[in-house]
Amino acid sequence: MNNCITLRQAQVNQKLRICSVGAQGELGRRIRDMGLMPGVEVTVVGKAPLRDPVALRLRDFTLALRNSEADHIVVEPVEG
Amino acid sequence: METLVQEHSMTIGLSGNPNCGKTTMFNALTGSHQHVGNWPGVTVVTKMGHAVVAGAGGGVEVDIVDLPGTYSLTAYSEEEKAARNFLIKTRPAAVIDVLNADALERNLYLAVQIMELGVPLVLALNMMDEVRNHGKDIDTKLLTELTGCPAIETVARSGQGKLCLLEAAYGLAKERAGRWKPLHISYGPDLDPVLDEMEAIISKAGELAGEVPPRWVGIKILEGDESITRRCREADPEAAARLEALAAKVAAHLAKTLRAAPDAIIADYRYGYIAGITRQVVRYPKVDAERIRMSDRMDQVLTHQLAGPLAMALIIYLVYILTFKAGKLPMELVQGAFAWLGKTAEAAMPGGLLRSLVVSGIIAGVGGVLGFVPLIMIMFFLIAALEDSGYVARMAYMLDRVFRIFGLHGTSVLPFIVAGGIAGGCAVPGCMATRALRSPKEKLATLLVTPFMTCGAKVPVFLMLAAAFFPGSEAGVMSLVTLTAWVAALLVAKLLRSTVVKGASTPFVMELPPYRMPTLSGLCIHTWERSWDYMRKAGTTILAISVLLWAAMTFPGLPADRASAFDARAAGVQERIAAATAQGQQIPELEDALKEVAAQRSEEALKASAAGRAGVALEAVSRLAGFNWRVNIALVGGLAAKEVIVSTLGTAYSLGEVDAEDAAPLSRLLAQDPTFSKAAALALIIFVILYAPCSVTMVTMARESSWKWAAFAMTFNTGLAFVAAVAVFQTARLFS
Repeated sequence: MNNCITLRQAQVNQKLRICSVGAQGELGRRIRDMGLMPGVEVTVVGKAPLRDPVALRLRDFTLALRNSEADHIVVEPVEG
Repeated sequence: METLVQEHSMTIGLSGNPNCGKTTMFNALTGSHQHVGNWPGVTVVTKMGHAVVAGAGGGVEVDIVDLPGTYSLTAYSEEEKAARNFLIKTRPAAVIDVLNADALERNLYLAVQIMELGVPLVLALNMMDEVRNHGKDIDTKLLTELTGCPAIETVARSGQGKLCLLEAAYGLAKERAGRWKPLHISYGPDLDPVLDEMEAIISKAGELAGEVPPRWVGIKILEGDESITRRCREADPEAAARLEALAAKVAAHLAKTLRAAPDAIIADYRYGYIAGITRQVVRYPKVDAERIRMSDRMDQVLTHQLAGPLAMALIIYLVYILTFKAGKLPMELVQGAFAWLGKTAEAAMPGGLLRSLVVSGIIAGVGGVLGFVPLIMIMFFLIAALEDSGYVARMAYMLDRVFRIFGLHGTSVLPFIVAGGIAGGCAVPGCMATRALRSPKEKLATLLVTPFMTCGAKVPVFLMLAAAFFPGSEAGVMSLVTLTAWVAALLVAKLLRSTVVKGASTPFVMELPPYRMPTLSGLCIHTWERSWDYMRKAGTTILAISVLLWAAMTFPGLPADRASAFDARAAGVQERIAAATAQGQQIPELEDALKEVAAQRSEEALKASAAGRAGVALEAVSRLAGFNWRVNIALVGGLAAKEVIVSTLGTAYSLGEVDAEDAAPLSRLLAQDPTFSKAAALALIIFVILYAPCSVTMVTMARESSWKWAAFAMTFNTGLAFVAAVAVFQTARLFS
């Protein structure tokens, strides 16, 4: 259960569930506005040519964020 | 129709997330009946239009206001501030929230915030076609029941459901008659009691809430909303202090027990409330996790580590080729039309100042700008297509890492390319394209360096200088110029971002909307809006500046004695021609001599004019960079429009009228001028890349930021250009 990693460390195509979002202030709010909340399942679907930013697939849509922003998001791998 | 319209007083707001099809819906609802409205206190442009609601007893006209696309109603960005101020201050009779029903949960986040405010709200479940294609099912009736807001299924692209939507909004507005019904969400055992207490304080203080629900003010204070907190302090300092103390206390408690800030808890409960609704409303009967969607599959190629950048280079190249290939003929036609107009006016009007003003000032000046309209329309069309298809978001995604090094944002790439990142764009639409940047600091930095790019009007200057001093290597010079422009833009951006436009980079978190085929009507509306903006400026600002510049290059004119001396010389040559003709002879040398006299006269007149005197006066300084007075006048003229540089140099070099397109003879003259060296040519190239943007660009920059920043761009860029030109000139002289 306690195999949490930050989103930056996640592999492409790995299924993940968000444990916590540590960002505060404007960044925290922007992340939440986009629906990145604890419990939400995400998959890293790609990385930009210079490996930053990363593209995330949520259930209904895709969004991009920088590695420095992904650092604030703690995730755990989901089986299956 | 006129008689059926009964009233024109109801305002309906149109809100929604970016990429939810809101603009398409606005176009579908209002058709061509729209105009741009600027709301006080914000720099965000809001559009207005009107639509007719069909009803018993005829149609009723309603105003529709297109609010900026936002994900939330906090007041972090200009867009959010604009949207929120509109709801609170204008108090629309109803709001239509356009939702991308395919991502209902996230789209409801904004809707719930509007419900908490209590504005009469109608939910437009847009993109229902995509929802069905993705094997989802939405129970619209249940959604209406659970939220208390009428939900209408729509497909904005085809206009499906728009009439029902209008009727629902109109009906709701009539029924509620301006009353707000705020939604109460429970924010959990920690925040609810505090909110109750705050609500009581705010209700009692009376003045604090004004027109908005007291509980909403409490939520905003808990969220740490600066503008609401400030307003409370101004209205009632004592009550505000008590509210802030309550908020601070619960924040400290939450930090200790849950290690979270109140705004995070609030968002958590809001999403919880939404999840409670979507769980019942959205069903995934055919859910297939393994199915890769079309859009994701395209992204595997288009944002691939190697193929992605290659595809991007190809797409940019195609936009460029298409614009200039397709734009060539219409551009020549428009320019030809203005040339004809100029000739006709010249023939029809008696000689003198008025004719000179009309022909050289107004027609040449305004025509020079309008001549670019076909090109600009095509470019706008293609760029709108890239934007609407969702590709621009991918460009930003791929380039963000590079641009961030220089303090810019991935989205900065669009303005750069439009402005001439590939030689031949235009800085005016480039500056307008900075609107795509959501963060003010990065937008400003991008705006300030965008004019460095090699716009179509600068190209003839470089070509002419290359032909004169580096014959045979014009292509190499142009490539180097383009490269220099990019390097300069990125480095200056870095400099600005670490000095005058300091500030942390704004979060990138950005939606990558699925690829969609743009609609033709949408593209046409976008293209027309932006082109019309450009054309209107040609009729106002450019007209004024053309007249001003014409005056500066005309007055005070030659002193009487010099004028009569030229008259005498011309008369002398004319007599000899007349004598020769009488003898049945044709002496071409005499014709040339007559032209020579006219050319010398125009040169001396120019030198005696206000602009000429300024050019001579500037020589004291400009000599350091190797520029003579003729170059100075041309560069001053270039402040109005860069096209003017070559034509003014031509006039100054006694060629009379020089066609900007055909720069060869001028380059020969320049190369022969002993006061103009190769080193000076290099310095001039650098100067033209860097110096002050043209007048139209300045006006555009001022509109996108402020006159202060436009003035900054003018002085800073010119200063930088001069320093660079002096450095290049002095260094190059050492080696020659």
